[in-house]
Amino acid sequence: MRLEYFQLIDRIVALDLDARTVKAHAKIPPTSTIFEGHFPGHPLMPGVLLIESMAQTSGWLIIGLTKFERMAFLASVRAAKLRTFVSPGQALTVTARIVHEGSGFTITKAAIEVGGKVVADSELTFRLTPFPDPNLRAGMKLVAAAIDFPMTACG
Amino acid sequence: MSSTFDTVANIIAETCDIPRDTIKPESHAINDLGIDSLDFLDIAFAIDKAFGIKLPLEQWTQEVNDGKATTEQYFVLDNLCARIDGLVAAKGA
Repeated sequence: MRLEYFQLIDRIVALDLDARTVKAHAKIPPTSTIFEGHFPGHPLMPGVLLIESMAQTSGWLIIGLTKFERMAFLASVRAAKLRTFVSPGQALTVTARIVHEGSGFTITKAAIEVGGKVVADSELTFRLTPFPDPNLRAGMKLVAAAIDFPMTACG
Repeated sequence: MSSTFDTVANIIAETCDIPRDTIKPESHAINDLGIDSLDFLDIAFAIDKAFGIKLPLEQWTQEVNDGKATTEQYFVLDNLCARIDGLVAAKGA
């Protein structure tokens, strides 16, 4: 997890486009300036970043389904639950599955587990658009390679 | 069995917190009811689920943007319901 680059996923460990599911691993760094402010003496992974990690994991699933033809932009967060404190250094397993594929939008359900226990979950809506800039698409492919995104699964 | 309009109006009322009795067949979802594009995604999700269809929102938006159609053709509820009925019929054909 590279918080300074907003890269909240370390590795895609499973991508099943037929089942429309994805699983990712992410390790929260032990130190970050974020934890100096959130909170002094009681460092916690901010809930918004946990939601973002679910969004990024969902986004990779959507990008896989659209074979890098569409970018997924987070549009709505529904019923987000932050069930327990998540601390620096902890290892996250983030999963997502498609709930609905509409015309120009997709809805996922995502969850984060630590040590086999769900610590956060949410339903997320994404707008899907063609990549607005070729550099974004190229950049996403670079990130995909860095996180072991299985390009072969996209055909 | 409720009509397509009743189902759609109930979805809009619940999704957007709009009083049900203000939603009429002649209402324009955007201009009269003030529904924005994000709320319309939630409505489309609920309509897709309720009728087992996929509203072609991208195609409609493209046609409006290209000047080939007006928003009234898709977003006045009477017209929207007619298109839903058409999609349901096509699915069953």
